Amino acid sequence: MDFFSAIPLPLWIAALLAFYMAWAIGANDVANAMGTSVGSGALTVGGAIIVAAIFEFAGAFLAGGHVTDTVRKGMLDMSMLGREELIYGMMASLASAGTLLIGATRFGLPISTTHAIVGAIVGFGAVAIGIDAVNWPKVLQISLSWITSPLLAGVIAFAIFHLIRSTILNKSNPVHQIRKYGPAFFFFVFFIIGLVTLFKGLKHINLDLDLMEALAGSVALGLIGSGIGAFFIRRVQIGEADPDHRFDQVERIFVVLQILTACAIAFAHGSNDVANAIGPLAAIVNAVENVDLTAKTPVAPWMLAIGGLGIVIGLATWGYRVMETVGKKITELTPSRGFAAQLAAASTIVLASRLGIPISTTHTLVGAVLGVGLARGITALDLRVVGNILASWIATLPIAAALSVFFYYFFKGLLTA
Amino acid sequence: MSWIDKLVRQSPIEPMQKHMHVAVLCAREILPLIDAMAAADDDAIRERRSEIDRLEHEADAIKHEIRSHLPRRLMMAIDRRTILEILDYQDSIADTTQDIAELVDQRKMYLPKELKASILPLAQRVIVACEQGQRVIDELDELIETGFGESQVARVDEMILELGRLESETDRLLDKAARTLFSMEAELGIATIFWHQIITWIAHLADLSERVGNRLRLLIAT
Repeated sequence: MDFFSAIPLPLWIAALLAFYMAWAIGANDVANAMGTSVGSGALTVGGAIIVAAIFEFAGAFLAGGHVTDTVRKGMLDMSMLGREELIYGMMASLASAGTLLIGATRFGLPISTTHAIVGAIVGFGAVAIGIDAVNWPKVLQISLSWITSPLLAGVIAFAIFHLIRSTILNKSNPVHQIRKYGPAFFFFVFFIIGLVTLFKGLKHINLDLDLMEALAGSVALGLIGSGIGAFFIRRVQIGEADPDHRFDQVERIFVVLQILTACAIAFAHGSNDVANAIGPLAAIVNAVENVDLTAKTPVAPWMLAIGGLGIVIGLATWGYRVMETVGKKITELTPSRGFAAQLAAASTIVLASRLGIPISTTHTLVGAVLGVGLARGITALDLRVVGNILASWIATLPIAAALSVFFYYFFKGLLTA
Repeated sequence: MSWIDKLVRQSPIEPMQKHMHVAVLCAREILPLIDAMAAADDDAIRERRSEIDRLEHEADAIKHEIRSHLPRRLMMAIDRRTILEILDYQDSIADTTQDIAELVDQRKMYLPKELKASILPLAQRVIVACEQGQRVIDELDELIETGFGESQVARVDEMILELGRLESETDRLLDKAARTLFSMEAELGIATIFWHQIITWIAHLADLSERVGNRLRLLIAT
């Protein structure tokens, strides 16, 4: 049977696999991106799901478009790739990365979605065309991000937590201090939200700003945000000070700040990671419909919708259960800690996307939590878990590659029979 | 399970505070025990003893729970060894109280009025010192929250100084009680030795509370 007379079938499979991958991203990453918020009690499980659903989808749909070709980002020499190899390979990549993510979620390991898909593409590329077709320096650069992103986020988190401590927590009247400095924190948060949004995209709705415009817009947003924050801080009823828990009032204000940074992270995450699901899909669609395989793959809104919807359904179904286990540890990670970690992660994402360093949201969050821990902000961190997480980061690429080889032959056998 | 849940382990601070509460609650039983001894009421003594036993067991259970959740591989804001040492002192408060109640019950130590007049003030002061130790431990979560910030450290330092003052007061009261006791030696006979043991144990409770504070002081001084 001629492969090309059966066009709908590979498209169906591709769409289904993209949905599967998006579902896995949602299940895996909601716990990664929202875990700190639920862990500190800033958000309930239901609240985290809603925030994640709205901002992940918004991020994916509004800002996710332009990054879809990052998947190909010159990792493989596309000119050496045949049409069918590309189709089977991208299918294998989706199946492999999705499966790996689900396995990692099962064991509570925060692995990077991007690394999973990169490993998968390298894997099929190496067997379909040969290891020479793989752009190894590029792969190395991406894989090294598991060192740079947590390191950067950890340092920033350490600094932010020190700042919070020296300006607010460490003062004799912390409530007075947060009333004084709170608006500055709100400014910073909204500034970062502005930068995340403007750097990450909105290119999709034809809003393409240069650096100065983006900075100016973010400063404006920050000023508006600090105004809202000042108003909010003055209005909020923080109640009487409980002598046994003198920091409860201050923490209540950090709850708001933490939820805001959680939104920024969800948005950044949605815009970043949806590409990993729909990039391969777009490549398959292009390969089926076009003659020129190396053409820049256009991303249709229906693809973004599949990705966004998959993420939302993933977090609502499996992510929900993952989150439920977090809620019990409320006292161990207070909102001021969670806020420091999340703001650091968001700042790292902004910085890295500006500098063009490939980073993973997941890696930055883990690094940020460790940074707060090193600042003696968290009572007890399990170093064995840190070791396991590092091992899983190192193992992500090779395992994804191996799975991808398996799926490549699977789809090749399935569709050429 | 989420990574954050595995990475951020349960903090021993709250259980530590609970342990100290139970230990001090146990020590506080000394006061009704002294009343029962003065009334020469065997039933009341046994009742006090069983309450002290119950609290001592509760403290033990909390101690084991804390220890089993403190593997060496944790990276902690408070050094693990410090936590275990403080926990030991706290636990000794309950243990020593139990020793007192045991001896009182086993040997039927009925308290003469003249002796009560000097033991009761000692015991009362000792309990105040224990409660001050509890207040110090109650500040542990605030110390963590501020990341051992200066103003919080100063606050706790002041509380520990106060604890030291209370402890030296109990030393003076112990001295007074011992003098009263030995002045009654002819009348009490061999029981003098056991009474001496009891007042020493009572005073030791304040020592233990002070040690809790001093260990914490070493921690925050670094």
